[in-house]
Amino acid sequence: MTTQEAALRELTERKYKYGFVTEVEADQVPRGLSEEIVRTISEKKGDPRWLLDWRLKAYRHWLTMTEPSWSSVRYPPIDYQSIVYYSAPKPKKQVGSMDEVDPELRRAFERLGIPLEEQQRLSGVAVDAVFDSVSVSTTFKEKLAEKGVIFCSFSEAVRNHPELVRKYLGSVVPHTDNFFAALNSAVFSDGSFAYVPKGVRCPMELSTYFRINAQDTGQFERTLIVADEGAHVSYLEGCTAPVRDTNQLHAAVVELVALPGAEIKYSTVQNWYPGDAEGRGGIYNFVTKRGKAFERSKVSWTQVETGSAITWKYPSVILQGDDSVGEFYSVALANNHQQADTGTKMIHIGARTRSTIISKGISAGHGQNTYRGMVKVLKGAVGARNYSQCDSLLIGDRCGAHTFPTIEVRNPTAQVEHEATTSRIGEDQLFYCRQRGIREEDAVSMIVNGFAREVLKELPMEFAVEAQKLLGMSLEGSVG
Amino acid sequence: MSRRPGTPMLEIKGLKAEVAGREILHGIDLDLGAGEVHAVMGPNGSGKSTLAGVLAGRETYRVTAGSVAYLGEDLLTLAPEKRAAKGLFLAFQYPVEIPGVGNLYFLRTALNALRRSRGEEELDAMDFLTLAREKMKLVGMDPALAHRSLNEGFSGGEKKRNEVLQMAVLEPRLAILDEIDSGLDIDALRAVADGVNALRGPDRALLVVTHYQRLLDYIRPDRVHVMAGGRIAASGGPELAHELEKKGYGWLQAEPPRAAEARP
Repeated sequence: MTTQEAALRELTERKYKYGFVTEVEADQVPRGLSEEIVRTISEKKGDPRWLLDWRLKAYRHWLTMTEPSWSSVRYPPIDYQSIVYYSAPKPKKQVGSMDEVDPELRRAFERLGIPLEEQQRLSGVAVDAVFDSVSVSTTFKEKLAEKGVIFCSFSEAVRNHPELVRKYLGSVVPHTDNFFAALNSAVFSDGSFAYVPKGVRCPMELSTYFRINAQDTGQFERTLIVADEGAHVSYLEGCTAPVRDTNQLHAAVVELVALPGAEIKYSTVQNWYPGDAEGRGGIYNFVTKRGKAFERSKVSWTQVETGSAITWKYPSVILQGDDSVGEFYSVALANNHQQADTGTKMIHIGARTRSTIISKGISAGHGQNTYRGMVKVLKGAVGARNYSQCDSLLIGDRCGAHTFPTIEVRNPTAQVEHEATTSRIGEDQLFYCRQRGIREEDAVSMIVNGFAREVLKELPMEFAVEAQKLLGMSLEGSVG
Repeated sequence: MSRRPGTPMLEIKGLKAEVAGREILHGIDLDLGAGEVHAVMGPNGSGKSTLAGVLAGRETYRVTAGSVAYLGEDLLTLAPEKRAAKGLFLAFQYPVEIPGVGNLYFLRTALNALRRSRGEEELDAMDFLTLAREKMKLVGMDPALAHRSLNEGFSGGEKKRNEVLQMAVLEPRLAILDEIDSGLDIDALRAVADGVNALRGPDRALLVVTHYQRLLDYIRPDRVHVMAGGRIAASGGPELAHELEKKGYGWLQAEPPRAAEARP
């Protein structure tokens, strides 16, 4: 066995760091999906009538839809009747302060590196933690309230700010949008809600950690962020899940509304359990994320996707208002048997709308990485501009990279540019680094981080460091 | 010819190596002592770069016979990064580009990897920058190149200068320079040679692989070895390089290999 093979074996057998299971008593609904289940979930959540109606409408619509098959990802058919659609840690009493959070649950978050009190005290990042289906606690509420910023669990928002939720829920991603969005609309149990009032610059980063714990549970969270006129907000989400042999479904919906002159920056570091080296287990991450940008506003997506067995997501921006800006910065990594099909849609409707797409795909092992993107310039989008750059990096010779850009331009004054490159981490690069004393794993990590640098620099500082480490970790053992 | 002090730093005995099943080195013998500079010359395809690659541990080469002792230790069983940790440095004929990885960031990563493996403390960013600036001045490198991506968009001369900068910062015991002169104009050549000469010392040894005698006007070797067809065809003092300059490499193929000159 060469040293490379030995290193490969040692590292691929390394465990997913976040794969522990927390023993928390759970309140679950029976397996499967029916109108009855939707009603039960709604009842458990204490939904108002309008929300129950909205769920039922979505459910009935979902029944008429078929699962999309146009993406490049391959997986055995999902049995939607074997999934548990609602699971909440018991006791189900309202959590008023940090001290009331179940200690077992708090330990779980501490193991994830998210000690809630610490976060509260030191980092100045307001955290909302979603465990299985419900939001556990939201820190920093008072400080945000001073500025009029609302940041809470989705359930709380439904209770305390129904007018805002009702106005914007489904306004960017309607319940009819796609199969998974319809499913989410019917059964979503919690998520995060943020509202930043007119002219307010949110004083801290808002952050949500999502955690799937219970077995055979789907997680269907819903995030809605509204930045009122001239408001600024930066939002981060992180995700992990325990190691399980079976696949778990995660079908979230994120809606962003940037009113005139507002700016929303949405960053994701996604590290759901990716499955083992043979491709057993892992999360199916089927997510719909979209922002609507009004005049002079800006919606910016940054994502680092290292986890999940399958990733299917296309954070998009509808550039509705004149002079609005959309950005998409993405690093997607597919190692072992992971499949990533990700990209964005930039829909230019307003005049002088601008969009930038920077996509970096990394494939290793048997990983398959697909960039799928659409740039659409409608008739009225005078002087619209887009710049797209899609780079792929291959490690080893069993993985794949695929790029499917679609460009549709209906306005002759638009300027659309697309560049794409594919490169491979070569023997030469690795040998060069090793000759300088750098171990092979460190060299791969360095080369990959260099490749992804344009995207990583868009992340807020503390997340950038985490993302860099994560990229290195996710690739360990990929050379050999 | 200089005296050869103590045990040789590098002892190559009967070294044979192949690439993809084809033997390139047919048995190389070469001793290099501490404090010495040896030149390895020869026409294209004579095996010079293969020799350099084998010594640095490039895995595309397979050693089939012979031995290499470096500081008394079996070099051939060590991984490339271990060889580097023990002070072996190869200046590449074709330095690689790594987009997005800062030039000095790379160098600091390398230096600290070496220091760690030797049980030394890592240099922090400030101390490193001070050291790097001083060495950049020494090799006459444009400060603007410090924060560009490693070798990306560098001219041929800049890349070679960057190799010498790395060598100056990493301070190897044994440096192998693989055609460090190729593609350099006379000014760049002089600057690179100055950088190399600044590193000469009683504890260090240099193996200078080159096609042309020209480089040896600037980096004066103690001995010259001429390779042809995967063998050392001749060895001698610096005058051998001049002889080659006059006669070319043609006579080597024509004549049977000269017996390696009597060596102590």
